[in-house]
Amino acid sequence: MKVRANFSLVFNLDKCIGCHTCSVTCKNVWTNRKGVEYAWFNNVESKPGVGYPKNWEDQEQWNGGWELVKGKLQLKSGNRGTVLKNIFMNPNMPTIDDYYEPFTYDYAVLQNSPLLEATPTARPRSLIDGQRMEKIEWGPNWEDDLGGKFKMRGKDANFKDMEKQVYAEFEQTFHMYLPRMCNHCVNPSCVAACPSGSIYKREEDGIVLVDQDKCRSWRMCISACPYKKMFYNWESGKAEKCTGCYPRVESGLPTVCSESCVGRIRYNGVMLYDADRIDELASTPDDQDLYQAQLDLFLDPNDPEVIKQAKEDGIPESWMEAARQSPIYKLIVDWKVAFPLHPEFRTLPMVWYVPPLSPVQSQIDQGNIELSQDGMIPKIESLRLPIQYLANMLTAGKEEPIVLALKRMIAMRSFYRSLNVDGETNLAVLEEVGLNEDQVRDMYRYMAIANYEDRFVIPTSHEELHQEDFHSFQGQNGFSFGNDGCSISPEASLFPDKRKSTGDSLEFVRYHPAAKRSDGEKS
Amino acid sequence: MNLTNLIFGIYPYIALTTFLVGSVIRFDREQYTWKADSSQLFEKEQLQKGSILFHIGVLALFMGHFAGLVTPHSWFLSLGVSDMMHQVVAISAGAAFGSLCMMGGVILWKRRMYNSRVRANSRFMDIFILNWILVTLGIGLLTIPVSIYHAFSGDASVMIALAEWVQGMLLLNADAEMLAGVGFIYKLHLFLGMTVFLLFPFTRLVHVWSAPFSYVWRPYQIVRTKFVKRSR
Repeated sequence: MKVRANFSLVFNLDKCIGCHTCSVTCKNVWTNRKGVEYAWFNNVESKPGVGYPKNWEDQEQWNGGWELVKGKLQLKSGNRGTVLKNIFMNPNMPTIDDYYEPFTYDYAVLQNSPLLEATPTARPRSLIDGQRMEKIEWGPNWEDDLGGKFKMRGKDANFKDMEKQVYAEFEQTFHMYLPRMCNHCVNPSCVAACPSGSIYKREEDGIVLVDQDKCRSWRMCISACPYKKMFYNWESGKAEKCTGCYPRVESGLPTVCSESCVGRIRYNGVMLYDADRIDELASTPDDQDLYQAQLDLFLDPNDPEVIKQAKEDGIPESWMEAARQSPIYKLIVDWKVAFPLHPEFRTLPMVWYVPPLSPVQSQIDQGNIELSQDGMIPKIESLRLPIQYLANMLTAGKEEPIVLALKRMIAMRSFYRSLNVDGETNLAVLEEVGLNEDQVRDMYRYMAIANYEDRFVIPTSHEELHQEDFHSFQGQNGFSFGNDGCSISPEASLFPDKRKSTGDSLEFVRYHPAAKRSDGEKS
Repeated sequence: MNLTNLIFGIYPYIALTTFLVGSVIRFDREQYTWKADSSQLFEKEQLQKGSILFHIGVLALFMGHFAGLVTPHSWFLSLGVSDMMHQVVAISAGAAFGSLCMMGGVILWKRRMYNSRVRANSRFMDIFILNWILVTLGIGLLTIPVSIYHAFSGDASVMIALAEWVQGMLLLNADAEMLAGVGFIYKLHLFLGMTVFLLFPFTRLVHVWSAPFSYVWRPYQIVRTKFVKRSR
């Protein structure tokens, strides 16, 4: 056993209102510059729909993720020789139109317009070649709230093995939101596909990053990521991806998308897993067993064996404590209400999803829907979203775990309805789904109330334990002395050492009572 | 010092030094700019045809030139390769890979100049070096008829002179006089080719240095720790 910790997230789709605040805050922080206008490290898709980039879930088209070849894991895009062979042209890589052509508008026309009979219009212009775009054909979230024809949306790969034509009818239609970001996978295929070895997973927190200096723009990661969450910055010629907001997470803050989520759907926390079993469990033969395989990969932070091993593997005590308090662990392991997105891609993703219930209140009011015994809450068989669809998305098609999760969420509502309306504790609904009263009260606290401190349990990266001399770290960020980027090795450089360390000149930065502020006033 | 001496006695060293030292400095100081700078995101179909042909052609041409020009004459003879055989192989391989490279190069050139997305995001050097390589290649292809004429008349002197000049140059003994009997078209090709080396560190060509062979034997997964103890 080798214990490793992974910064992980759960999204409670039952509460996602599709407001895109997560996407917008993320964009403003990470992708608001040239070359990545089209890139959304976080986006929210309306399902059913083909998503962003178009049809990303269909690996027969994109060849992302892993597959088993004679029982062994191999990139779906081919073995190592094939990856190198494709280096002059990657046949699996999406082009910009698979995302959308980024655009702006001629806003100046509005300001400079003379007095006119008709309102002046700001027409769109491409951000790639600066040319006029006569018509915008596709954009981020083009299918918002089921926009567009079912013929297009119906290409959604999650309709696999379903009679999807039924859902084309207005009366039968269904809808859910799917916020997506990098899954910071335990078995990332982007890392495995990088010919120059520039992508890596951090040992301390499992965040997957691209070393911008080492990236050579071979662009194999773009297609290898089955979630298409690796982006090509066409200005810099480098791969860029969700950074897990690591500067925030290192200081114990949630990611920007999580912090800004108005629906409180996002949970951040720590999961422990056994790094020695990654290969074995990711090679589980049956796709439908991969959900269980990943559950088996996780380690119980209360298990004395695990605690002992974690200490040997150098996991700080505060991380163990965070793992014990982890909302992620509760949702995934204790209550089994969260699931990985497309486990069949075999990357062992670490962003999990609570499936949405889909009650139709007006239908209930009209008596069209079969209700559970309390006469208020519908049975899951009568929910609007087909279970098969959710299962295709979250468990490679296995329905039982999804059904149990939805039943538990309904039981929680039933229980609290009986408690608050009838003033009695209806334990029968809980027994049916294998929960006890303590558990359901915890579920309510975490899923219904979802306070900040319960949603986000993030230990700091303990920078202080790794710094030999804090003073010498002072002044290392911000303005630099020339090119701060790189040198062949940290030991040797073509040019003289830049003497960045402030440690040896501490005498000069000490506070002096007579020192004046630059604006001339006494401080 | 006359012009011939400057171009074939001194210029090779300027070009080679810039090529090597320039590459090292750029790698050391500006590794963020060290990349293939793919434009595949914008256009795929033309790239598929052009890029593969061009790369196969240009890599084969480089290796062919290297083997043919740098291997000492006596080695060829002891391997039983006659001058005539050498000449025939050089002409046919050069013609074959040169044509592949030219076909690919023209497709890439058309794509770079006339695809508005690719064009808008080309830097000056991207277009300049592509043009330069294509002109060098074109002149190289034009030497083939002359070489064929030499081969038919059983004259290997030009080929041997070129090889010995290159070898002398690499041994820091470049002698422009050795090229006295070599036709203008060869000399033009030499000049253009040397200039590719001179320009190399200032272009995207540097990605050749990073051909990722180590991918074949490295483990799939890479885990890095954030906290590396630095000895300084």
